[in-house]
Amino acid sequence: MERKKGMIQNWFGRKNGRGSAKSVNYMSAKEIRQISRENRRITDELERMRNRENVPESEYVTAMKDPGNILEIEDLNTWFFTDIGTVKAVDGVSFSVPRGKTVGVVGESGCGKSVTALSIMQLVQRPQGQVVKGELRFRTDDLTIDLVKIPTDKMQKIRGNEISMIFQEPMTSLNPVFKVGMQIDEVIALHNEGMKREEVKARTIEMIKLVGIANAEGVYDMYPHELSGGMRQRAMIAMALGCTPKLIIADEPTTALDVTIQAQIMDLLRQLKDRINSSIMLITHDLGVIAEMADYVVVMYAGRIVEQGTAAEVFHHPAHPYTVGLMASRPSRIRNTEQLYSIPGSVPNPIDMPNYCYFRDRCNRAYEACNGDYPPTFSISGTHSAACYHYSAVNEVGK
Amino acid sequence: MSEDKRMKEVRFEKRSSGVSLSEASLLEVKNLKTYFPISSGLFSKVKGYVKAVDDVSFSIRRGTTMGLVGESGCGKTTIGKTILRLTEMSGGSVTFNGIDIHALDRRALRALRPRMQIIFQDPYSSLSPRMPVGEIIGEAVREKRLVAPEDFDDYITGIMKDCGLQEYHKDRYPHEFSGGQRQRICIARALALNPEFIVCDEPVSALDVSIQAQIINLLKALQAKYGLTYLFISHDLSVVEHISDTVGVMYLGNLVEYADKASIFDNPLHPYTMALFSAIPVPDPDVKTKRIILEGSIPSPANPPEGCKFHTRCSYCMDVCKVEVPQMQAMGADHQVACHLYKDGRRIG
Repeated sequence: MERKKGMIQNWFGRKNGRGSAKSVNYMSAKEIRQISRENRRITDELERMRNRENVPESEYVTAMKDPGNILEIEDLNTWFFTDIGTVKAVDGVSFSVPRGKTVGVVGESGCGKSVTALSIMQLVQRPQGQVVKGELRFRTDDLTIDLVKIPTDKMQKIRGNEISMIFQEPMTSLNPVFKVGMQIDEVIALHNEGMKREEVKARTIEMIKLVGIANAEGVYDMYPHELSGGMRQRAMIAMALGCTPKLIIADEPTTALDVTIQAQIMDLLRQLKDRINSSIMLITHDLGVIAEMADYVVVMYAGRIVEQGTAAEVFHHPAHPYTVGLMASRPSRIRNTEQLYSIPGSVPNPIDMPNYCYFRDRCNRAYEACNGDYPPTFSISGTHSAACYHYSAVNEVGK
Repeated sequence: MSEDKRMKEVRFEKRSSGVSLSEASLLEVKNLKTYFPISSGLFSKVKGYVKAVDDVSFSIRRGTTMGLVGESGCGKTTIGKTILRLTEMSGGSVTFNGIDIHALDRRALRALRPRMQIIFQDPYSSLSPRMPVGEIIGEAVREKRLVAPEDFDDYITGIMKDCGLQEYHKDRYPHEFSGGQRQRICIARALALNPEFIVCDEPVSALDVSIQAQIINLLKALQAKYGLTYLFISHDLSVVEHISDTVGVMYLGNLVEYADKASIFDNPLHPYTMALFSAIPVPDPDVKTKRIILEGSIPSPANPPEGCKFHTRCSYCMDVCKVEVPQMQAMGADHQVACHLYKDGRRIG
């Protein structure tokens, strides 16, 4: 009961677990000014680095650690400098996407899944949001580049071309005043200079057909409002596939859709991935979708990876108590229980993270070791690892 | 209006009322229709109707939960609102505890209101940002004079405790709460009036998985404690399966199948129900479900197909489906289906 009370206070940032931190909700104007001045100093510095002209190639060309990967994320840190403090939305995330495979990233809202994707695309809202540390190695045709350091003009050649993204809301991510066909044309024309207009149109229609829209010529001349949700999401996918990307980032592609349409879209993504031989990074909070689509699973909690492994490992032998809790809290046909397991409490305040394991206060397996620092990642098998002291008996993989 | 009235009478003569699942029902919905007029032109001439709910009949037993599932736009929410008379119906009847809700005058309806409540989908937009939580929960209680003024504070505290809120939350404003906490406030607000029946309109779909579990457990606990009856509207089939006793499946304004939970999930009869259930993703990488993928999407409710509304997407479509509207028929004790594949309790197609 005592612990519970502490947690409730924590939700509102009134009182911190450590008891010393400042109140987040009630800050004086002076404090806010001070923080924002400090933030401006940091972000100006980072922006200056980013806006330099003629950055030498040597700064952003690197080498892959494993040539079988298409994307390697190492120690990614994306922070948001807000007036009430720094939010470490992504805090030391490392995983890789192998060629031709699907990696599922799962976690609750606010855990940093989408920010990880936006960091890869260099679409984080600057200047408040900054990738402050880490490497994002991406393999293009001839060289490996670091997506963190690459200058914006070079990134524009990759974004939409080699890496493309499917967003959650098909309603808001299509422009309502342009015809669907024109919006897909634009992507193809931009990345294929010298392509004739007829060729671009032919390619667009081919793409619309590829995503399973029967009336491709008709849809080419339609506005987004004339299409249903599922059709719009198909149009978004057609746009993403327009330049045969090597990596598709699908950020909750089916969350806004009905189950029957979701089944259609998942089926489509699976077929297309094999046909154009690309990799998919699938972001979702739905464990069912992950289980059907993903080869590898990454579980995130409060900006960090708590567990990763192959789909079979994570679903059959979930290691981290958070993963176990997440799975138990979904009603399931197989174990029909009267009472659902629910993880008590909620995620700690992102501005004022505790210095121990972020999950400790909600964990049903917490013990003495959990009072120490945030746990490093412990390996369970070659591909399976978890950030939890319960696995410290097995060897450590470094932070 | 006159057309509606006539239609209502014709319907009543033509069909006997829907098969009721049990005698002890708290709520009886018979041939319910809710049409929304489509008007256009200079004088807003009525061109046609969107048949949001078209001839739906079911009943809910006291103390049980009926789950209502279907794709977006199939009329689930409209049914919920019409039952509470937040939307006027176009035909049929809704009987709550033997009282025909749509026949009541304003005063009588107002007196009945506390006994039937609703919990909305989005806890972010259904709470007034300008009212402290204690006032949100207590406003209607004070208005209805349900408790004596001196007991008011204790009563609200008790309700809040039941819903997992603390007493000191009373003076806070909704923006200070997380999504799950806000949904608890919505539940407390509904519960404070001591209702018998609550329409839960997608109460968990805006919440995270772990918070969903907390809210579902809370709803079940409250049902056990107060003997509540729920109409649980959701598009999440796993949640519906967990919480419901009976399940109704809707498609384009029609109830296509209505049965006991076990019966419908183990043995879905309607082709749409089969497709819907097979589309649920299973959180196990080894389970490869044989999925029935429906072609196309849901037709426009303003211009639904002739005959069985599902025939355009149905893989078992027969000639009769294109002309004749299938009627609800009993298949065993607790199972009803509206499909031409079945006749006299047997499958014929």
